[in-house]
Amino acid sequence: MVGYIIRRLLYIIPTIFGVAVLVFVLFTAAGEDPVRVALGQHATPQAIADLEALWGLDQPLWRQFISFLGQIVTFNYGESYFTGEVLSEAFASGALVSLSLTLPPFVFGLVLNIAIAMMIAYYRDTWIDRFSTATAVISMSFSYLVYIIAMQYFLAYEFEWFPINGYAPGWDALPYLALPWLIIILVSIGPDVRIYRTIFLNEMQANYVRTARAKGVSERSILFIHILKNAMIPILTFTIVAVPFLILGSFLMERFFSIPGLGDLMITAINNGDFPVLKGMTMYITMTYALFNLLTDLLIAAVDPRVKLH
Amino acid sequence: MPRFNNLYWDAAQKLSRQKLVVICLGIIAVYIFVALLGILNLLPDYQTRVATGYEAPSLGLAKLLGTDIFGRSVLYKILAGTKTAMLIGILVTSISVPLGVTLGAVAGYYGGLVDVGIVWLYTVISSVPYILMVIAISYVIGKGLVAICLAMGLLGWVGLCRLIRSEVLKNRNLEYVAAARVIGANDLQIIFRHILPNVVHLAIISASLQILGAIKSEVILTFLGVGIQDGASWGSMISDATGELVQGIWWPLAGVVFTMFLIIYALNVVSDALRDALDPKLRGSTEVVEEDSQLGAKEAAVQKA
Repeated sequence: MVGYIIRRLLYIIPTIFGVAVLVFVLFTAAGEDPVRVALGQHATPQAIADLEALWGLDQPLWRQFISFLGQIVTFNYGESYFTGEVLSEAFASGALVSLSLTLPPFVFGLVLNIAIAMMIAYYRDTWIDRFSTATAVISMSFSYLVYIIAMQYFLAYEFEWFPINGYAPGWDALPYLALPWLIIILVSIGPDVRIYRTIFLNEMQANYVRTARAKGVSERSILFIHILKNAMIPILTFTIVAVPFLILGSFLMERFFSIPGLGDLMITAINNGDFPVLKGMTMYITMTYALFNLLTDLLIAAVDPRVKLH
Repeated sequence: MPRFNNLYWDAAQKLSRQKLVVICLGIIAVYIFVALLGILNLLPDYQTRVATGYEAPSLGLAKLLGTDIFGRSVLYKILAGTKTAMLIGILVTSISVPLGVTLGAVAGYYGGLVDVGIVWLYTVISSVPYILMVIAISYVIGKGLVAICLAMGLLGWVGLCRLIRSEVLKNRNLEYVAAARVIGANDLQIIFRHILPNVVHLAIISASLQILGAIKSEVILTFLGVGIQDGASWGSMISDATGELVQGIWWPLAGVVFTMFLIIYALNVVSDALRDALDPKLRGSTEVVEEDSQLGAKEAAVQKA
């Protein structure tokens, strides 16, 4: 087990190296020169040279890459070109805001959608099943944008049930987050219920269900104990890997509702050519993603006795 | 190869018996027809004034969906946007599907270092947030339609590559491959003539989902300001319409939303039906590919699928 974890952690290194190369090439080769963006069109050559020296852009590329690798190892990505903020602090505060936006609806949506999917799967091939599946497809056919625009317009602007946008720190954020939460949950119902329904249907056809039934186990305990437990394995693989991306928040939500999370930070960084922010953020996300992949495998091994780690 | 033919013949028969699927195929055909008209420059010019600004919908083709702030026909703009959307869907798919099939087949067939390299490549690509990659690539190539197609195409092959790789891995040890080798087929012939026909249904299903995903992503990327810069696009129309809604101008948004809904719904239904007809055991496992998830929390689920 310990050997497996160590081996898996070592496997992460080539991935991180690959991402580092990719990110470095993309953001160094990218069209816009951050120095130009910062100083504007009428900068003197002296000012340009000074700023390039300050940001280390006068160094040869290979040296810049080595120092980027150094940053990855030490988790210290320096400071933002534009706000001068220390990046690790900006990430931490941004990630907290993003998580407060994405985590509650993620957890609530998971429980809700599993419940709905179980109900639909239980009533398979009846009108309830057909109606719900058709509704799911229809609901998935609207763009994410449409949900945000429609709900913001009607619920916040017309009916004034929620603030239109904005954010406040701490518990005061609740009224601002309520509508985004509602939208995230609503949008997740269609696709998630469809996937979970398929998973439940697969389990319901399994032999152990027939055996349990033959032994006289009640339908209710078949559904809630046997099937739910087994269906959780594929559901887990689907959902846990989504967690690292929760940290990033949702670009669209943060944009529409002016929530200062990481997604918002990233869009601003893209517009400014703030490469330290982009590089740092990408590396953080990559590492969390790799770790959560490992965590998923360990969790599945813990839940499913058929899975052996080696 | 009789098995090959039967599979597709059966699938076509199955599909033609479902009324909703036939209707949806018709809808897709209409959209493709509009796109073709657009490419041939036969669509009415959306940049000409047809009336005063912000006229509500009324009878007559040009004013059927009302006019925008400059008095241009909303319907004509939507038609031009349809061309853009379909073009993007098809271009993205024609980059990512061949890439996914080829790389997946090569990785699965040869194994060893080639496999390690390709798996490494797609792990790297899928570890970076999708939207960030698209934006970065389109910055390198320059904004606009070509850039966004290239970016989405170069990133979109990962899921299909994974599927094809594991299928080829299963197939390469089967008897028919050994038989092909005995009669003197070389590696390329075995991969492309013998193994691929058995896994190509995955590419068909994936293509239908990719078109869907590309259309949805383009709208969101354009809305965020990194997509189509000039020319008509549903994304920029939605972006304009958001501010107009508050002034009571609902028709541009309603028109775009309905147009988008129709094509996405049709593609959803057809790709579901394709999946059922071509590969019943795949139900559920590729479903996630189609979501807006690239931009949301479910991104990882896509990559896992």
